[in-house]
Amino acid sequence: MTEAELAKFIYQEARLLDEKRFDQWYALFTEDAHYWVPLAPGQTDPLTHNSLAYEDKLLLKLRIERLKQPTAYSQKPASRCLHVLQAPEMDKSDAARGEYVMRTPFLYTETKGDESQRYAATAWHTLVQSDQGLKIRLKRVDILNADAALPSIQLFL
Amino acid sequence: MRLMRRYREDPGALAKLVADDHVHRDVYIDPEVFQLEMERLWSRTWIYVGHTSQVPNAGDFITADIAAKPVILVRHTDGKVRVLMNRCAHKGTKVVYDTAGNAGKTFRCPYHAWTYRTDGSLLHIPLKAGYEGTSLNAQGLTPVTHETYRGFVFARLADGLGFREYFGDSLSSIDNLADRSPEGELELVGGCLRYLHNCNWKMFVENLNDTMHPMIVHASSAGTAKKLWEGKPPEEPKPMAIEQYAPFANDYKFFDDMGVRVYPHGHGFSGVNFSIHSAYSSIPEYEESMKRTYGEERAKQILGTVRHNTVYYPSLTIKGAIQSIRVARPLAADKTVIESWTFRLKGAPDKLLERTMMYNRLINSPMSVVGHDDLHCYRSAQEGLAAEGNEWVSLHRDFKQTELGAGELTCNGTSEISMRNQFRAWREFMAP
Repeated sequence: MTEAELAKFIYQEARLLDEKRFDQWYALFTEDAHYWVPLAPGQTDPLTHNSLAYEDKLLLKLRIERLKQPTAYSQKPASRCLHVLQAPEMDKSDAARGEYVMRTPFLYTETKGDESQRYAATAWHTLVQSDQGLKIRLKRVDILNADAALPSIQLFL
Repeated sequence: MRLMRRYREDPGALAKLVADDHVHRDVYIDPEVFQLEMERLWSRTWIYVGHTSQVPNAGDFITADIAAKPVILVRHTDGKVRVLMNRCAHKGTKVVYDTAGNAGKTFRCPYHAWTYRTDGSLLHIPLKAGYEGTSLNAQGLTPVTHETYRGFVFARLADGLGFREYFGDSLSSIDNLADRSPEGELELVGGCLRYLHNCNWKMFVENLNDTMHPMIVHASSAGTAKKLWEGKPPEEPKPMAIEQYAPFANDYKFFDDMGVRVYPHGHGFSGVNFSIHSAYSSIPEYEESMKRTYGEERAKQILGTVRHNTVYYPSLTIKGAIQSIRVARPLAADKTVIESWTFRLKGAPDKLLERTMMYNRLINSPMSVVGHDDLHCYRSAQEGLAAEGNEWVSLHRDFKQTELGAGELTCNGTSEISMRNQFRAWREFMAP
């Protein structure tokens, strides 16, 4: 696949999040996928070091289903988000295996009522070609200040 | 400014904020009360600073703000740790700024190079002759009274009770946490999740043994976890995440039967009989190594003590069964940083470390869906308390006259006794 095709996929993925089409977003991930927000710069280990989030598909499903519950009290009023992406770049590619790693710096805004938070972050997508088209095996998001004292971040970076 | 001095100048008014079974809203929202808390309660009691495993070698240090004051925890060349005020004797500059590091043999102020040994004593002032004949009586870095218990370092900023007298038998929860290591030792690892709470520190601390809220507040997260797993065949191994989330949705009877125990000076824990951590899958390799160290009976006793949250009032809360701690660092009446730390049990398999990391992510992270709903309720109370018509917060549940002055006491798990017990300590330490 070309860098442009992969970049288009990443723009579409961000749009699904911004439009809160979470079930469609969920369907972009492979069955063994993870969504990872590390705590430390350059962190290599998601299991024996703390992370802000490290979610498999079960946990992503839980997060998405929770957002639909009327008892999700912290979503009153509901949060909104917007990703402003820099052009995604190919970081690694293995065309024979159909595996690509894309690097995408972005600015993320999440609002809730009168409150607004902004983050600078870099997304690293590990994308794989499958029978069902392109899928995400790993979405890693390095927030520039992940180790700061942060308020509730309620949607997906 | 008249308004800001009403409690400082009127000890009677301050004492009246806490009744036997209810408290006035000002304990949560009033900036003057917060200021007095830092000067009195948080200075006269033992505040958690850090763990000795963070400073294994001479010169290793960490910095922290306790009671909104900057301190250094450092290991001196004699092998012992010290707690020092992080303030140069000259102009007030912090002598170290990193959250952790190694100072070598000295702290050298970056401003004018006043230099101190790692026990705080003054070593060197450049061009010292310039101070001859002046009244300068240069001190080192102000030492802070501190005690270490099984690696946990606590500091007391002002005069107060001795360490053992202050904590008493509540130290059994720290013992249980450390005993869970087959080597009897803990190592703080994996960084610190720092969650900014726009609420009063007491809302967080009280909530840890508030057992009437989980099934309500966490219905959307724990309830959804339960639903996602419903109907799975019993032979399918339950994922660790489901094991950790689901018990938050347990019923009132479960939490009532858990039991709660309180100790003098505000300390206490719920989970006297069992807790939300009791039904986790066993890790046979770990249990075997515990038996080898302690013998079958003692190992069973250690692993069978599965307490929920223990509060070392006012700053430290621990979860022995999941080897994690949460530390309250108050910044203002409506601003608190909650730090969540995790331990490696020395000699235990990595599976336990993975379990505590997962728990910390799922429950204590700024991205935790459990944390989101808790904090929503705290913040909502911080705002709601401004309403008129009722200035009081209820702590009445299962109040009995006989609990007054009773010392250590064990009660049904849904009693609000742990909050009343904290406020009795609060009133005691807040008196002028």
